[in-house]
Amino acid sequence: MLSIIELDFGTPKSKSAQQVALTIDGREVSVPAGTSVLRAASEVGIQIPKLCATELLDAFGSCRLCLVQIEGMKGYPASCTTPVAAGMKVTTQNAKLADIRRGVMELYISDHPLDCLTCPANGHCELQDMAGAVGLREVRYGYDGRNHVYSTLKPSPSSGGGGVNFTATQTPSPSNLTLEGGGFNPLFAVKDESNPYFTFDPSKCIVCSRCVRACDEQQGTLALTIQGRGFDSKVAASQNEGFMDSECVSCGACVQACPTATLSEKSLIAQGQAEHSVTTTCAYCGVGCSFRAEMRGEDIVRMVPNKDGSANHGHSCVKGRFAIGYATHQDRILKPMIRAKISDPWREVTWQEAIAHAASEFKRIQAKYGRDSIGGITSSRCTNEETYLVQKLVRAAFGNNNVDTCARVCHSPTGYGLKQTLGESAGTQDFDSVMQADVILVIGANPTDGHPVFASQMKRRLRQGAKLIVADPRRIDIVRTPHVRADYHLKLRPGTNVALVTSLAHVIVDEGLVSEAFVRERCEPEAYAKWRAFVAEPRNSPEAMEEVTGVAAADVRAAARLYATGGNAAIYYGLGVTEHSQGSTTVMGIANLAMATGNIGREGVGVNPLRGQNNVQGSCDMGSFPHEFPGYRHVDDDAVRASFEQAWGVPLQNEPGLRIPNMFEAALDGEFKAIYIEGEDIAQSDPNTQHVTASLTSMECVVVQDLFLNETAKFAHVFLPGSSFLEKDGTFTNAERRISRVRRVMQPRNSDGTRGYADWEITQLLANAMGYPMNYAHPSEIMDEIARLTPTFHGVSFDKLDRLGSIQWPCNDAAPEGTPTMHVHEFVRGKGRFMLTEYVPTAEKVNAKYPLILTTGRILSQYNVGAQTRRTENSRWHSEDRLELHPQDAEDRGIVDGDWVGIESRAGQTVLRATVSERMQPGVVYTTFHFPFSGANVITTDNSDWATNCPEYKVTAVQITRVSQPSDWQQRYRKFSERQQELLSEAVTK
Amino acid sequence: MSLHESHDASAALVKMVNDIADYFQSEPDRELAVDGIVNHLTRFWEPRMRRKIVAYFAERKGEGLSELARAAVARLADAARSAA
Ligand code: SF4
Ligand code: SF4
Ligand code: SF4
Ligand code: FES
Repeated sequence: MLSIIELDFGTPKSKSAQQVALTIDGREVSVPAGTSVLRAASEVGIQIPKLCATELLDAFGSCRLCLVQIEGMKGYPASCTTPVAAGMKVTTQNAKLADIRRGVMELYISDHPLDCLTCPANGHCELQDMAGAVGLREVRYGYDGRNHVYSTLKPSPSSGGGGVNFTATQTPSPSNLTLEGGGFNPLFAVKDESNPYFTFDPSKCIVCSRCVRACDEQQGTLALTIQGRGFDSKVAASQNEGFMDSECVSCGACVQACPTATLSEKSLIAQGQAEHSVTTTCAYCGVGCSFRAEMRGEDIVRMVPNKDGSANHGHSCVKGRFAIGYATHQDRILKPMIRAKISDPWREVTWQEAIAHAASEFKRIQAKYGRDSIGGITSSRCTNEETYLVQKLVRAAFGNNNVDTCARVCHSPTGYGLKQTLGESAGTQDFDSVMQADVILVIGANPTDGHPVFASQMKRRLRQGAKLIVADPRRIDIVRTPHVRADYHLKLRPGTNVALVTSLAHVIVDEGLVSEAFVRERCEPEAYAKWRAFVAEPRNSPEAMEEVTGVAAADVRAAARLYATGGNAAIYYGLGVTEHSQGSTTVMGIANLAMATGNIGREGVGVNPLRGQNNVQGSCDMGSFPHEFPGYRHVDDDAVRASFEQAWGVPLQNEPGLRIPNMFEAALDGEFKAIYIEGEDIAQSDPNTQHVTASLTSMECVVVQDLFLNETAKFAHVFLPGSSFLEKDGTFTNAERRISRVRRVMQPRNSDGTRGYADWEITQLLANAMGYPMNYAHPSEIMDEIARLTPTFHGVSFDKLDRLGSIQWPCNDAAPEGTPTMHVHEFVRGKGRFMLTEYVPTAEKVNAKYPLILTTGRILSQYNVGAQTRRTENSRWHSEDRLELHPQDAEDRGIVDGDWVGIESRAGQTVLRATVSERMQPGVVYTTFHFPFSGANVITTDNSDWATNCPEYKVTAVQITRVSQPSDWQQRYRKFSERQQELLSEAVTK
Repeated sequence: MSLHESHDASAALVKMVNDIADYFQSEPDRELAVDGIVNHLTRFWEPRMRRKIVAYFAERKGEGLSELARAAVARLADAARSAA
């Protein structure tokens, strides 16, 4: 079912700049060339009946309901598949057309159950609407089509009558079916309830194939087919399987596209239809999909991707659309709590008491250990306004620069590397730019799992013929998906990105593929000359690097040629680039490639970091790094600092503060004693867990603000219950620098009996209690302050966001409506700067004791530390982290699929179950980190990126053995965790 | 949970400076390389960390630091002395 408030124009909007004038029902109409007659009519308010057409999909022309008459054309063409032409004269209503349409509807209805009054789509069913639109009054064929018989289970005598639907395991047969019309019907199919979020009721299907096309065109999974022909045709998932067992990834595109109740959200069936809708932004990944939260009062009925959303164009993934149950999960902690020691039970207190306690502890600790002994961490899960306030709290109220964000452990090298080379710490394009790319280089990113909606768009472009180069140690899904096959998969060894990128550059220089004119005009000549000489050295050739990377030199050469000469070439990269000891070097190497080949500064090209969490870009923009004010301006810049000092009314430090890993070190040195952590779970997400927990334990006051008692909160002294994205206003900034509104759809649930607070309000309470006044009445006022103080945000306001829907920064006088493509005429730093990229092997070496390399990643259904998605039905797809290893490595160790295996590194040990998989290369093993008990970060080490200290999650030398019990750490963890849960349930309520 | 793991603060700092210095090793102009490291330490390291590495340098004669890293920390030490 489509959104309850969107108008469906029937076919996609044409992007043509050329206008075409025609006449429809005597009205002059002018639309872009390529627009369908159906859409042209709809745009001027003339609704032609339609069933198989929807704006989200290409026209198909199967239902024959949208027929029109066009002067000079024979017969009655389908308006959805007929493009407008200059001077065309269209008639949409006359007696003949009405007759044909009624005939079509009669056929549909004769084969459709008439239980409209109890149908979940009632009132928003397109079939019902069309019956009304064509004035259907009778059905000459009767109502006893194949779908009407045997539609219910025979009522058992005790049930008091009434039908019961089949479950997936029941088989219909004459003995358990009631007769509702004809005789036994072998075509009758039961309802498929296997997917946790939606049902498939074949009896209501009109075989319009919108679902099939949605799965093909929008999602690109191709899980659905129409089987059979004519009246026998039906929709089937994969090889006639239940949805849950099929290829389906539960994106929900088919559910949204279905014009009837055949595919319906279970929440819609359970709750009934929404009465209002609020536009907001997904709080999961960096794609930042726009959604319409369809509501009944304060209850969410369903999330429907917004077709006007510029990042997602009406598409979404299983997380954003369906995995929202965590917001109302019983595990949420809704009352502020404090305790003196982490071995004490919690005590529920009022907001006032919790805040007063935290502030007095912070002040006491500063008085005793010095101003720099405390700090704060913000999260990419927070809104821009929240992040801005946390860094303001630290800089202005704490009086130091000890503020950092979880981007430290993911994309801090992006910030550093792109600033050094291009001059701005952000991706260069919008997502739509990929539709102009001829060559796509994906390096260290797994878009189908990590950024699914963007991956769907990328796959669409690849199906149109763009070439694909993948550099990844694993055969990730995009290497081979339906109708997509990577031209080159450079299956490099983990930790050798720099070697690979530098050897690609070598080929570009060596084979004369540099775009000399671009480099001459746009880049610093000295830096270029130095770089050119460096990459041209024979030691940087693919032949010389082959031994390091494990990638055949011929493939590297061919890939480099394709990238440099294949037309518009765009690079997309992720944490497989940044989370290395040379993460920043690789980012600079990527920017070098783009500059050398002139692939920057226009649509279809560029350097595109795919950000993990929803607001990674925004949290970095908002000055949450210890050395930078909002807008990436160093704290030692006197003019910038003066502007903040003046606005905030306090002197500010001109030296960088501690980064997260530095905070841990300082804590263990006894110099860092208290921390305020908003929305981040460092005890699970940061590397070398035992090091992290030791430093948390050494602090005197740990304040955690979160939805759940997360791993870090188990070490906390003050717990401030946070609010979910559904409970507050604000903005998120996605991977394409797009600022979008988050809108409150329900009140904060964290009331202490008096009132609840959004997270920004909690930070504000804390600042005030620390003696630093903050008096914002609404997040829009925070954004106004950000805009005043940050040149790249000068033009941003909530009003403008409401008007435009979203804005890509920079947004200021030079670009009042934002900037989709950066560095168009010149680089932000003026001239682009080539940087040297010496390959330095990681210190994390394999040896006889630790012969395998462990690398880590993520999976579609789960998100980050899993605190949210683990508390939803998404766990049905991924209920545990597994260790993936190559059959050879498994065989060498006597391991078979499903065995428990111990993983030991220099940092620690853990135990997981094994998945034996050809996707891996020998010598490399892989896991995800969505479950705390997995202890994936117990084994990752302290190694980090040289420039930013971003941890080297992607390379850990390990040994794998078959085992029979959990590791010591896991056993200790379980005990500690159980004790902490007890302390929570023993919480003394006020 | 291991609550009392042994902790060697300077080892972490030494490793960090060495990592930074490694990046600059391909810079052909040695002065520029040392400048690059010093600049990096100044712009990204919290002052206590810089003071610690300088103190370590004085006490342990830069033990464990690579040649470039040593030159950079020596420069920091000079700057600290002249500022004092
Ligand atoms: S399931 Fe819905 S969208 Fe798919 S063919 Fe049937 S009616 Fe059309
Ligand atoms: S939910 Fe998505 S993947 Fe599954 S069948 Fe529907 S469109 Fe395809
Ligand atoms: S998780 Fe990412 S891709 Fe999925 S709906 Fe949310 S923003 Fe979109
Ligand atoms: S809407 Fe045009 S043929 Fe179905």
